[in-house]
Amino acid sequence: MKSNQMNQKVLHTLFIIMGLASLFPFILLIMASFTDESTLISEGFSILPSQFSFEAYTYLFTASGSIFRAYGISAFVTVVGTATGLLISCMLAYPLSRKDMPYRNVFSFLVFFTLLFNGGLVPTYLVYTELLDIKNTIWSLIVPNLLTNGFFILIFRTFFVMSIPKELIESAYIDGASEFKIFWKIVLPLSLPVIATIGLLSSINYWNDWFNGLIYVTDAELFSIQNLLNRMLTDIQFLQTTNLGSSTADLTSNIPTKTLQFAMAVVGVMPILLAYPFFQKYLVKGLTVGAVKG
Amino acid sequence: MKTETNEQIDTTLIRPYANQTLNKKSYLNTKLKRLLRFRMLFLMMVPGLAYLLINNYLPMFGVIIAFKDINYTVGILESEWVGFKNFEFLFQNSSAWIITRNTILYNLAFIIINTVLAIGVAILLNEVKHRFFSRFYQGVLLVPFLISMVIVAYITLAFLDVENGYINFNLQMFGLEPISWYYESKYWPYILPIVNMWKSVGYGTVLFLAAIIGVDDEYYEAAILDGANKWQQIKHITIPLIMPTITIITILNIGRIFYSDFGLFYQVPLNSGPLQPTTDVIDTFVYRGLMTLGDIGMSSAAGLYQSIVGFILVLVTNYIVRKKDKDQALF
Repeated sequence: MKSNQMNQKVLHTLFIIMGLASLFPFILLIMASFTDESTLISEGFSILPSQFSFEAYTYLFTASGSIFRAYGISAFVTVVGTATGLLISCMLAYPLSRKDMPYRNVFSFLVFFTLLFNGGLVPTYLVYTELLDIKNTIWSLIVPNLLTNGFFILIFRTFFVMSIPKELIESAYIDGASEFKIFWKIVLPLSLPVIATIGLLSSINYWNDWFNGLIYVTDAELFSIQNLLNRMLTDIQFLQTTNLGSSTADLTSNIPTKTLQFAMAVVGVMPILLAYPFFQKYLVKGLTVGAVKG
Repeated sequence: MKTETNEQIDTTLIRPYANQTLNKKSYLNTKLKRLLRFRMLFLMMVPGLAYLLINNYLPMFGVIIAFKDINYTVGILESEWVGFKNFEFLFQNSSAWIITRNTILYNLAFIIINTVLAIGVAILLNEVKHRFFSRFYQGVLLVPFLISMVIVAYITLAFLDVENGYINFNLQMFGLEPISWYYESKYWPYILPIVNMWKSVGYGTVLFLAAIIGVDDEYYEAAILDGANKWQQIKHITIPLIMPTITIITILNIGRIFYSDFGLFYQVPLNSGPLQPTTDVIDTFVYRGLMTLGDIGMSSAAGLYQSIVGFILVLVTNYIVRKKDKDQALF
């Protein structure tokens, strides 16, 4: 029997190497943010800088309010977007899951076709900017990602078909419950596992989204944390020009610009990394559900 | 005994109106009730359908922009039709060829590298005895998957920064010349696949590991009785049995070969002009045309070109999947 086992020591060594390869870039990023600015310039980025400094963080959290604002925007967009998206998806998916629903195939096809063909960036952009006039509103960060192309709807539909007993719905109806009540009081509570998994994927999607902010938002007041990061990547001075009034102008001369960039990146990535151990199990489940067709 | 009660439930619950059908009035009543019942279901679908109409279907009709010379002062509908002129411009330009080539070659490289590596890692992960450790390793490999491309761009910058990047600093330590990574396009066909591999191999591993865990232990037990060693087991049991998953995932990826990860190609090269010959793909081309150059005609022509070829590819690949395994086909 022993020959059937791969050498566990070799395996563990292999995975430790792979794990380091996976985490090393994060360590470098974090270390860069804690490096003293002048050390960074003279010694470059390194895992063990000769001089540490919290200057970048001090600056980030004291001199600049925009980071808190951006955090707030990101959190709001993630919560509202995920909750609304889940509700709309389930409300569309449930009738489609009902075998007795008239024209269900027509509607299913309408959902499904969005997976096959899309108008592309230019028409979508024009619909949102010219028709809905969504530019520079908080909705531009929420609305375009709501249903993630109908894919989640199909996942919900499959779950409802497979896991909600028809008899249950039927008997609740006989007992006088309205369809919406059945959906709200029976179907949704029974579907909490799949709602949680899809909700997780959707939250990650919203938290990490920078694309909508890039094309629809120019007003720095509405920048999410990703947009702030995106902007600072190309424009290091951005944080100083937008957020510092004249009262702090004296600070601008010795702002740790390089390390500040990386401190921002660390602050942006931390929430997700810290929450990760708690949702890893659901994420793995969600990814397997999401990959196989809904 | 059990079946009997089941049947009882059936007749009383599922066909409650069975003996009322003779009574015409109450029949109409129930019919009305049914309509009312479905009206509520229809109402529930309204927000979602309205959303799809605006977010997905309106832009589909918007593809007519590609055949127009857009003039904002008169509006999109009133703008002049120019036939295929936008497409002529697009394909006369060498950029159409470059972005098509880049998109396809990068995606092919990603598919091959990520699939092979993910299968390998998944097989190894399945051999780790302690469940705690296998879960832990899987979790660690999945971390890069969680972060946004903006963060990836920062990380890449920490490595490749010309003045004090990690790599240049180490090159100098070994007495080598530092490299201007963001100005020399020849390195990027290697950099991008590495970044992509780092970011997405964990995801692939999750998918293939799920398939491997699904393989029945009996096959292995029988193989061990026959004296098969580990390598033979992998070659003759694991790989053949997860082949359907591998095929489907690969075919689906090929169906999306005309679309690329915009973030990877836009953020990671820092939108650097000199890198465009090797980093420009259809998506970045469309974006630049729309947002930076304001060339809506060319941009929408390229977008429609992508949508149509992409659509055909999805149809073809789905047809192939369908022939192989009907359950896995999208439709």
